Amino acid sequence: MSTSAPAIEHLLRDLAPQVLGAVIRRTRDFAASEDVVQEALIAAAEQWPRDGFPDNPRGWLIHVAMRRMTDHVRSEMARRRREADAAADVPVVLAPSLFEAPPLDPDDTLVLLFTCCHPSLSEASAIALTLRAVGGLTTAEIARAFLVPEATMAQRISRAKETIRKSRIPLERPDAPERDARLTSVQHVLYLIFNEGYTATAGDDLTRVDLSNEAIRLTRLLHQLVPEHPETTGLLALMLLTDARRSARTGPNGELIPLDQQDRSRWDQALIEEGIALVTAALSRGAAGVYQLQAAIAAVHDRAPSADDTDWPQILALYGVLTRMSDNPMVALNEAIALAMVRGPAAGLEALAALDAEPRLAGSHRLDAVRAHLLERTGDRQAAIAAYRRAADRTTSVPEQNYLLMKAARLTEGR
Amino acid sequence: MKFMLMMNAPGGGPYQIAKWPAKDIKAHIGFMINFSKKLSAAGELVAGEGLAGPDQAKLVRAGKDGKPVTDGVFPESKEFLAGYWIVDVPSAARAYQIAAEASAAPGPGGAPMNMAIEVREVMSGPPPEFL
Repeated sequence: MSTSAPAIEHLLRDLAPQVLGAVIRRTRDFAASEDVVQEALIAAAEQWPRDGFPDNPRGWLIHVAMRRMTDHVRSEMARRRREADAAADVPVVLAPSLFEAPPLDPDDTLVLLFTCCHPSLSEASAIALTLRAVGGLTTAEIARAFLVPEATMAQRISRAKETIRKSRIPLERPDAPERDARLTSVQHVLYLIFNEGYTATAGDDLTRVDLSNEAIRLTRLLHQLVPEHPETTGLLALMLLTDARRSARTGPNGELIPLDQQDRSRWDQALIEEGIALVTAALSRGAAGVYQLQAAIAAVHDRAPSADDTDWPQILALYGVLTRMSDNPMVALNEAIALAMVRGPAAGLEALAALDAEPRLAGSHRLDAVRAHLLERTGDRQAAIAAYRRAADRTTSVPEQNYLLMKAARLTEGR
Repeated sequence: MKFMLMMNAPGGGPYQIAKWPAKDIKAHIGFMINFSKKLSAAGELVAGEGLAGPDQAKLVRAGKDGKPVTDGVFPESKEFLAGYWIVDVPSAARAYQIAAEASAAPGPGGAPMNMAIEVREVMSGPPPEFL
């Protein structure tokens, strides 16, 4: 095994959730475990490049973390003794000889994910905690990824740990009925991390963790833990099928390239094949969920050799199922696009008109952006220009605003 | 979602706070320091700065040679940016709540100033789904 710094970092990040899960199982104290595991990881990053890998890296880390825990408890006891109010309610933590690695229990990692994504945490807290405790990222790395100061991110993480302590989230595997709900929370957090990878402003990418890759890594981990769970498989497929188009999605200056104009030879065929295999397997289990359906739609796009070859009737049918399943106006908006591709722009515009009354889309730039595209296709140039400009005014995404402004300007110039 | 909260002060001369009694100035500064600490502890603060007074402000343009040409103070301006915060919050509603709190900063006699805080969303990168 190579003891180069990247190889060690890679191994440490893979081991982090297993080690933390095992320590939590012993101590039943999330916050304290998280602290000592971080200390153990830092110690490993210092010692291993110098001394080489220990025979059992996981056992080494658990041992060091538990020893730190004992040290903390001892010094805490000493402090209390100094403060003269005896040894009342000192937490009992035993550190048996642990140099032999305890058996690997996949449930440890699952419990850890359930805890970090618990519904009692805010989305921002769950995301930060998951990246740190399960993803093994440092607070500084997470802060840079979200473009916030490290102190702010540290506060978010410590508040999250505080919430876990206060709301007495049980640090064990939930029963079957609750398990599905908790899995849904985990999936949602991973999905948000994946999307954040796209929405973070482009910048000094070299120093920033790629959140989309991180989300895929964690979703792969979840998929390994619950391989029989179709929606988890669907989520992983959706991420792979979306990520496969990443390098074709933007031009040299970060400008957005819409799906129908992307250079499909730049799509990652390996990811597409893997994603299609996953979503096919998941759907064959029956009772499709929203992630599986979105993955199926992405697969139809990814499979088409050119934009013109896209099987739009198939996509329309899938959106039909999705609309019935989830009350999400963005899904209805995408269904209108599919409808326009199958039955023409007028039919699409009609479907959009029905969405005008939808309060959750009021003021949304997406409605105007889609309308602008359809108006352009009907040949109503003036109305299309106006709609592109309205959408450009309302979007909060810089590349999307640039794209919409360019569309309006080109149409104005008669191109 | 990130928002910039901009606090405007009346233009045409130095900040009015200069003329307040010492205890009111102290209360105002104390409020601002505490406000910033609270935002940071909530994991919401991205940045925040106070700006030097308007009487030191310059307007800068490039001259014909590309060198900076500065222009002096502008008594005609009604309002000046006095300071700003950038916060990272789950919703616009939360940003408005924070702005309202800043707006109620104590002024002369300790009474809330209820100054207008302009709230603008900070633009982000590409959307996750772009068909």
